[in-house]
Amino acid sequence: MKLLFSFITVLLLVIIAYAGIRYASLYYVFGVIIPYAAVGIFITGFVYRVLKWAGSPVPFRIPTTCGQEKSLPWIKQNKLDNPSSTLGVIGRMSLEILFFRSLLRNTKTELREGPSLAYGSDKWLWLAGLAFHWSFLIILIRHLRLFTEPVPYLITLLNNLDAFLQIGVPPLYITDVVLLASVSYLFIRRVLIPQFRYISLISDYFPLFLILGIGISGILMRYFFRVNLISVKELVMGLVSFNPQVSADIGSIFYIHIMLIATLFAYFPFSKLMHMGGVFLSPTRNLANNNRMIRHINPWNYPVKVHTYEEYEDEFRDKMKAVDIPVEKE
Amino acid sequence: MSDVLKPAELSKINYKPPRKEWMKTPVNFKHGMYIYPAKAKNLKYLDMPNPREWSPTDKDWKLPENWKEIVLEGMRERLGKYRSFKIFMDICVRCGACADKCHFFIGGGDPKNMPVLRAELLRSIYRGHFTKSGKIFGSLNGARELTVDVLKEWFYYFYQCTECRRCSVFCPYGIDTAEITMMGRELLNLLGCNVNWVIEPVANCYRTGNHLGIQPHALMDMFEMMLDDIYDRTGIRVKPSFNRKGAEILFVTPSADYFAEPGIYTCMGYLVLFHELGLDYTWSTYASEGGNFGLFTSHEMIKRLNAKIYAEAKRLGVKWILGGECGHMWRVMHQYMDTMNGPADFLEEPVSPVTGTKFENAKSTKMVHITEFTADLIRNNKLKLDPSRNDSLRVTFHDSCNPARAMGILEEPRYIIKNVCNNFYEMPENTIREQTFCCAGGAGLGTDEMMETRMRGGLPRANAVRHVHEKYGVNRLACICAIDRATLTTLMEYWVPEVKVTGVHEMVGNALVMEGEKERTLTLRGDPLKETEGEVNV
Amino acid sequence: MNIEDIVLRKKADILRRGASLIMETYSVNASTFFKDQKDPFANPVGYTISQGMEAIFDTLVRDEANKRALDFLDRIVRIRAVQDFTPSQAIGFLFSLKKVLREELQKELQENSMYEELLLLESRIDNMALVAFESYMKYREKVYGLKVKEFKNMAFRLLEKANLISDIADEEAAVIKNDTRAENMK
Repeated sequence: MKLLFSFITVLLLVIIAYAGIRYASLYYVFGVIIPYAAVGIFITGFVYRVLKWAGSPVPFRIPTTCGQEKSLPWIKQNKLDNPSSTLGVIGRMSLEILFFRSLLRNTKTELREGPSLAYGSDKWLWLAGLAFHWSFLIILIRHLRLFTEPVPYLITLLNNLDAFLQIGVPPLYITDVVLLASVSYLFIRRVLIPQFRYISLISDYFPLFLILGIGISGILMRYFFRVNLISVKELVMGLVSFNPQVSADIGSIFYIHIMLIATLFAYFPFSKLMHMGGVFLSPTRNLANNNRMIRHINPWNYPVKVHTYEEYEDEFRDKMKAVDIPVEKE
Repeated sequence: MSDVLKPAELSKINYKPPRKEWMKTPVNFKHGMYIYPAKAKNLKYLDMPNPREWSPTDKDWKLPENWKEIVLEGMRERLGKYRSFKIFMDICVRCGACADKCHFFIGGGDPKNMPVLRAELLRSIYRGHFTKSGKIFGSLNGARELTVDVLKEWFYYFYQCTECRRCSVFCPYGIDTAEITMMGRELLNLLGCNVNWVIEPVANCYRTGNHLGIQPHALMDMFEMMLDDIYDRTGIRVKPSFNRKGAEILFVTPSADYFAEPGIYTCMGYLVLFHELGLDYTWSTYASEGGNFGLFTSHEMIKRLNAKIYAEAKRLGVKWILGGECGHMWRVMHQYMDTMNGPADFLEEPVSPVTGTKFENAKSTKMVHITEFTADLIRNNKLKLDPSRNDSLRVTFHDSCNPARAMGILEEPRYIIKNVCNNFYEMPENTIREQTFCCAGGAGLGTDEMMETRMRGGLPRANAVRHVHEKYGVNRLACICAIDRATLTTLMEYWVPEVKVTGVHEMVGNALVMEGEKERTLTLRGDPLKETEGEVNV
Repeated sequence: MNIEDIVLRKKADILRRGASLIMETYSVNASTFFKDQKDPFANPVGYTISQGMEAIFDTLVRDEANKRALDFLDRIVRIRAVQDFTPSQAIGFLFSLKKVLREELQKELQENSMYEELLLLESRIDNMALVAFESYMKYREKVYGLKVKEFKNMAFRLLEKANLISDIADEEAAVIKNDTRAENMK
């Protein structure tokens, strides 16, 4: 049901874009208004969400420590998994954000005959997640060639590297393959394994379908229904320079691609995709475990009712005196 | 599940449980799987809301009339006060990395014990009441209305989480179920839905200074018995002081160490160690509880109970505080105390009076963990140790959740153990250190009402212990947590009865060669020191 | 060819079905996890069951009530005794083995009319069920015993103080303790 709902929504988006271009020729709507609106929503929404998170204070310093603390000088601290300095935190966060360190912890043990245990590791989720995010990022950067004139050298270089296998004309991008493969894996895993199907929501399926749709439409556009790249670049440069010009000689597949991307952008701030921003703010990861070294301040710390020593002694004074415990008042 | 099954149902082989969505599966309170509610008198003593007589199995929970408003307002307030809560409500992608990391899920298989789903219990309400998409798409997008059934589900599952933080280690965003459970319990507390096993210790601790409600004179009796036992085993009369002004150090440890078996042997370990060092320290009857069940109640309650530690240190005029072996106590001391009740500017930066070592890592909070203190002593050769006295023990070490995942005390206890006994074996890698499995009795679950839940939740831990028992003949499970000492004892008795539980300082006490001691024939426990009779292999 | 040989030949199938039949007494989420996760430490339940089924199978074909097999059966029951099952559910999985056998051996049974031999196998299952029942009760009693024991441990010193727990040796020592106590407090 949730799956179907997500799939149909994405399909509907495709149909809308196709029909809008093919039958209503709404080039301006799909080529200009929707992209602008989507980017607008994305930026405002993203900033709003991050500001809202930042608006809630961090009352306590609660890092999850995953290694030896800094204590006595002769005990080796694990500076990355249990950082006590800002530098260490940056290291920990970098490992987390660039390499998904925590997912890599999925070790498993195999019991074999013989004296020693063998440690394997359940790395598929980590691998697929990493492959997906990195290829997505590279594809995104690669697309900047459409947004820049002249195209910076680094982007051209990345582009060439990505296509270095030189298979087919135009040459196949490795990241295209990796992206589709990893998203498919993440999708199949979610559908086939009952634990994950049980916990999955629309907001889990929908982005997967959307990204799958974006990937497929992009590949179709590059390899099968070729579009006029020069017109595309003109359109994009027009958008970037706030001087949009539409042209009718780009195939409708391009508008489908744009529609799906626009949807992703607009949907982003309202969804779990915000983990992209949230991961930076997670208090169990981005704080140093220096709790006993430097006092953490809680901005809303307020006085509470306590049971004072005086009240305690008043209640138990006789009993304390009977066993020679020193008291304040005789 | 119905109580009576037809014979035919028993032999059904293609039985698959109905594939209902989790939101449509209400909880069923069964004996052995929930804790009795807090007694009204305890709630009243603490000025906590809605004291009444009730039971989770009742249809009517006697909630205040505007209970819904209270919960939603409570959520709103906490979303604004805790970034952790807000972020954890928003960014979970349900990748499932945590799903099989919870000991309760591993041992019992209840899907709502998967950390992701435990959090969804709260998240679904967050979506339904605080987000647009939740309001529009409803249950399709994992949102739902707050109902009494939801509340019952919260009560059931937030008291089936030991706040051990194991799932948080594996989460790519560090989402910490302990934090979510704490919020869930805070909200339940607003309605007076809490458990007596937590609230009674809280009330006792508030009044008498310790969980069992032991009054000062009785406390002295307990110590006397321990001192007699020490005399019996070592021939030395140890004389600790209580509430003594002007001592250099205040020592704080969980009260289970004075009263409970086998905690008392760990406590004897502290007593002989401090005696041998000639440490200028004092115990306090007012601050006679290191543990803090406020952690299992609400942030405010943590602060209310914790306040007495610094207050007492100040009143007695000590220089710094030393803390005994305890898990959740140390989460509070390490991550909350200074922020809540500091700054401790009336204390001095801790320096070991024996070795002169400065405990740089405790310079603000001014409280040192006993394993840091003892490891430093051993490293500087200040203790005369005879590890062969522990030769009858084959030891493995259980990393207690909070010292491992909220502090990172991993090597200190291991260093001590390796110096006080000759036979030490590690359990498999994915069951120790930051990946350690909980005893399944933490966070206020360690009561006999929960026995079945605890036994199955403790299976992953026990299973690893059994492995080293079968492979290396391990017969002693060491830990640095008072709750562990109580609950692992029970757990071992069920799963691996050959293995007994010990605190690290009990072994220190046994190995410690004291000045003027008689020839030791008994351990602190009163067991014969077998190996000392024959050859001495140091 | 006797029935044991046939059963041995179909060992893999019978074991697989037997194990998945126990797994399926859990929720669908849990049963996939119990089946798929092979790490004995990350998945003690699944590991114990798959190990245990093998041992049970051996007992079935050899009629050897060997210690190892009984030990494994005991381990499975020990786990199920504290899980969310009624007593009949907890040990009922053994009876459903009968159905697996009947279905797996259907053809051979008809062809060779081995029903008498089947009855023999089934009575072995019945015997195991009796053993399982003993284990089950043992562990249920253990759970209740632990509740009492834990309560005693928790307030060990208080109970000792109140003379609620003491043994003979302690009573002798108590006389000395009482004498010394008064002095020591000063």
